[in-house]
Amino acid sequence: MSPPDSMTEIWVYLTAQPLLWLTLTLAVYLLAMALHRKAGGHPAVNPVLVSVTVLVSLLLATGTPYQRYFDGAQFVHFLLGPTTVALAIPLHGQLKRLLAMGGPLLIALVVGSLTAGLSAYIIGALLGASAPTVASLAPKSVTTPIAMGIAERLGGLASLTAVFVILTGIFGAIFAAGILKRLGVKDDASIGFAMGLASHGIGTARAFQINEQTGAFAALAMGLNGLFTALTLPWLLPMLSPLLR
Amino acid sequence: MIAAFALLLAFQLAGEALRVALHLPVPGPVIGMALLLVYLIIRRGPSQPLRQTSGTLLQNLSLMFVPAGTGVMLHAGRLVDEAWPITIALVASTVLGLAATGLTLHFLTRDRKTGETP
Repeated sequence: MSPPDSMTEIWVYLTAQPLLWLTLTLAVYLLAMALHRKAGGHPAVNPVLVSVTVLVSLLLATGTPYQRYFDGAQFVHFLLGPTTVALAIPLHGQLKRLLAMGGPLLIALVVGSLTAGLSAYIIGALLGASAPTVASLAPKSVTTPIAMGIAERLGGLASLTAVFVILTGIFGAIFAAGILKRLGVKDDASIGFAMGLASHGIGTARAFQINEQTGAFAALAMGLNGLFTALTLPWLLPMLSPLLR
Repeated sequence: MIAAFALLLAFQLAGEALRVALHLPVPGPVIGMALLLVYLIIRRGPSQPLRQTSGTLLQNLSLMFVPAGTGVMLHAGRLVDEAWPITIALVASTVLGLAATGLTLHFLTRDRKTGETP
């Protein structure tokens, strides 16, 4: 009975190669997208949520450590950089409207950004979450690379922050449009700006599914909120933390 | 397509260089996005290949969060131990952030909109 042996050998060889997990990441994502389409684009069948669930199950079932998975998946992760740069194109397309709304956008940015960041910190602290968890929660509405940098400066854990950021993004992508509609917010600009501010890139990806205008406002909010949060949270939270002890 | 991709990478690289040189608190790609926006304003819009390549990347933005999202498995213990505070803080603060942003912008721009559309 040599076939099972050689099968095992092939498997052992492949699981150690970046190629296997890179291919699986793409294949699982394509499957999640097909499922998303089949569900009529229903936001609950979120492609990120489905992909992460399937991949974590696969990794746990095969006993593969995350680091080995990431050796392959990092090539996809890397594309986040140039894709963030590419957000300038829809922004440019909506530039006239964005500039015409400059004042209201800046006010909404300050109100929304402080609400999202401070409420996460205060609620987490009041409910008794540990200090590193609370520090990792505060920047959760900000795009992953900025959030990780802020969390480290606040005494949080960068990789835990990445998880919170993505959970927040998935939640926003699934529920944001429904919540805003219920509040009577129905115009593309306000919906997009709120989605990008509260749920960064994943919310922005969802906003682009609504239409390009909603997506452009989401992209702008994501960039502005990243900038504003990076400049305010690192000195605001240390002033706040003695009050919550 | 390769030229457009190289252009995006070049702007990201310029963003990284500026971040390190000026000790900026914002990541390189976000600075690169701002630089590309300035370039597009000067150039009066993107070329066709740049528009296509960017469109393809942006349509698959969700995919690029999958590798970092899978990192959730590293924190299973903490997420289980602190499940309630984490869930409530994440959900409540995201809803509050959405509502605060959406309602503020909606009310500040409402008059203008009713003026435009009857």
